[in-house]
Amino acid sequence: MSSATDSRSGPAMAQESAVQRFFRATEIDTRLLGMIGALALIWVGMDLIGVWKSSGFTLNPRTLWDNSIFLSSRNLWNLLVQTSAIAVMSTGMVLIIVMRHIDLSVGSMLSFIGVVIGVEQVYGLSPTLGATSPVIWIIAVLSALALGAFIGGVNGYLVAYAGIPSFIVTLGGLIVYNGLAWWVIRGETVAPMDANFELIGGTPRGAWIGSAASWILGGLACAGIVWGLIANRSARQRFRFPQRPVWAEVFLGVMGSVLIIGTVAVVNSYAWPPKVVEAYAKDHAITVPPEGLTFGHGFAIPVLITVAIGFLMTFIAGRTAFGRYVYAIGGNPEAAELAGVNTKWMTLCMFSLMGVLTAVAACITSARLDAASNSLGQTNELYVIAATVIGGTSLAGGVGTIYGAMLGALVMQSLQSGMTLLNFDSAVRDVVVGSVLVFAVWLDQIYRRRQG
Amino acid sequence: METQTQTATATFADGRKPLVEMRDISIAFGGIKAVDHASVELYPGEVVGLLGHNGAGKSTLIKILSGAYPRDHGDIFIKGERAEINNPRDAKKYGIETIYQTLALADNVDAAANLFLGRELRTRWGTLDDVAMEAAAREVMGRLNPNFRRFKEPVKKLSGGQRQSVAIARAIHFNANILIMDEPTAALGPQETKQVADLTLQLKKTGIGIFLISHDIHDVFELSDRVSVMKNGRIVGTAKVKDVTKDEVLGMIILGKCPAGAIPGPGALQS
Repeated sequence: MSSATDSRSGPAMAQESAVQRFFRATEIDTRLLGMIGALALIWVGMDLIGVWKSSGFTLNPRTLWDNSIFLSSRNLWNLLVQTSAIAVMSTGMVLIIVMRHIDLSVGSMLSFIGVVIGVEQVYGLSPTLGATSPVIWIIAVLSALALGAFIGGVNGYLVAYAGIPSFIVTLGGLIVYNGLAWWVIRGETVAPMDANFELIGGTPRGAWIGSAASWILGGLACAGIVWGLIANRSARQRFRFPQRPVWAEVFLGVMGSVLIIGTVAVVNSYAWPPKVVEAYAKDHAITVPPEGLTFGHGFAIPVLITVAIGFLMTFIAGRTAFGRYVYAIGGNPEAAELAGVNTKWMTLCMFSLMGVLTAVAACITSARLDAASNSLGQTNELYVIAATVIGGTSLAGGVGTIYGAMLGALVMQSLQSGMTLLNFDSAVRDVVVGSVLVFAVWLDQIYRRRQG
Repeated sequence: METQTQTATATFADGRKPLVEMRDISIAFGGIKAVDHASVELYPGEVVGLLGHNGAGKSTLIKILSGAYPRDHGDIFIKGERAEINNPRDAKKYGIETIYQTLALADNVDAAANLFLGRELRTRWGTLDDVAMEAAAREVMGRLNPNFRRFKEPVKKLSGGQRQSVAIARAIHFNANILIMDEPTAALGPQETKQVADLTLQLKKTGIGIFLISHDIHDVFELSDRVSVMKNGRIVGTAKVKDVTKDEVLGMIILGKCPAGAIPGPGALQS
């Protein structure tokens, strides 16, 4: 314990309550905890309201969990898939906002990239390479990423080198890319996407990895957490820096593992629909036994992509000079420039990275719909920014975390799909989601003021 | 004016080559000539005090040397060679380090991150080596401010003096040839001010050149070998500290009157 109190003086420590001591020792972000609490509240609340409505407005404690709709594995599985695109974009939006910029163009950029690769697949690649060609999806994804990097780069160039405020550049971009998307597709809907490409969206069979692979991934993730904690501890030991107490390390390891194992259990307990099992049995010449076959979905590919991007972006933000500069520029742009950071180049790169992430989201969204139209991604910029802000990112710059934004995206999506499940009017949904955004930021302000 | 520069060099040089020579520097913001044909030079192992009222152009002149402002006119020579300084990165390549009056710290990151900003230590995989940077920060901060313990906190939570020591640590950690100190003791108490003074003398012994900007004339007299006084963007005059009195220097600052012991510049009162 004493080794972890490096930064505080003795008397201050003595006055701390057990709870405060716990949070300091484990270095858990209390805001993160608040968000998880809010999420739990939404989930349980949505579920209870659903049960209450479906059982004729009575609550029977004994059958309470039997009629779960929101907290069913099926809904939670879908919730994760639905969150993917927004969560991917929010990881970039955090860093944009941390740098004191904004990107309002991501929604229509998504739309434009989506229709370009849709047209490319349907009218370009499929006729020339043959509809079953295995390289179509690779070309489509790579061209999406390249296009995203380029469009984002244009945004970034105008902000950094032409000195136009990012709000204006990307507001213009919102309108321009919307127009371009319409221009490419003229209001049509192109479909279907390439069969391999569709897997990115998580809809068809083969777009989820199954129980066994999910357990293996979960196990690897748990091992990764333990390894990370040990590696960090030994590095700090080598330099004789203050360390977390052992009980705190163990607590973090156990909590992380429980969370991962719980998630794996949920996605695995969502069984394939009977029709899919039938088709699978037919394809693989398996006779279905009388009691039926059960296959768990496991993680969907878009969810895995999102998690991978979350890790990658967290790594970039925390472990690379690029990430360090993003935060330093957000803290004090002049100071970063005077310290020798090439702030203009950094701005260009950051917007370009935002474009790449938008391209990933465009692939997920169009693959999930199995179609591309210019209505794809419309108003997504608002949800991305809202998710980022709910996740604790300060619009004043300098403050924000990747995991916070991703959780924010999950909160937004939980509200949306929860109310859809409960048959709320879409107008009511909008009113609630908008109010929650404002309320969340207000709570956050109070919290920050009290923290000082 | 060129001849004045030459004389200035000749009187002090003792045959040594100047470390820095800023010749005939001008910069204007809008219609205001913030620095107007100013020339200064700095020799190895020397402290030159830059004096003048607020708005006299001291900080601006020095920010041209550190690459923060692009100059409109004039040349900079480092060790006799014409130097291309267009941004702070260029200046750092010449070994020019600056402690800015505003400290220029990124408030939201910790001391080590500020210390190494723009020059991060990397692991062999190219990622940030935070542990090594924290170790180096502990070492250099230990010399400047032995009681400092708050390595994990963003610098915005630190006291004025602690923030100042982070800024000073950043300037001295990278073996500067030329150190610019713009009001380095503005946020410090008497004891820390003394520490900075000791540090200045210690650095001077290692042969680096220091520009010291201050409007505290006593500080400057104690630490400097020479003083240059600016008024309205122009150099009033330059003098060895032992050749002039404080009153004479005050006369230079307030009236622009150049005394007999000083070499007059273009800003000197003509009478």
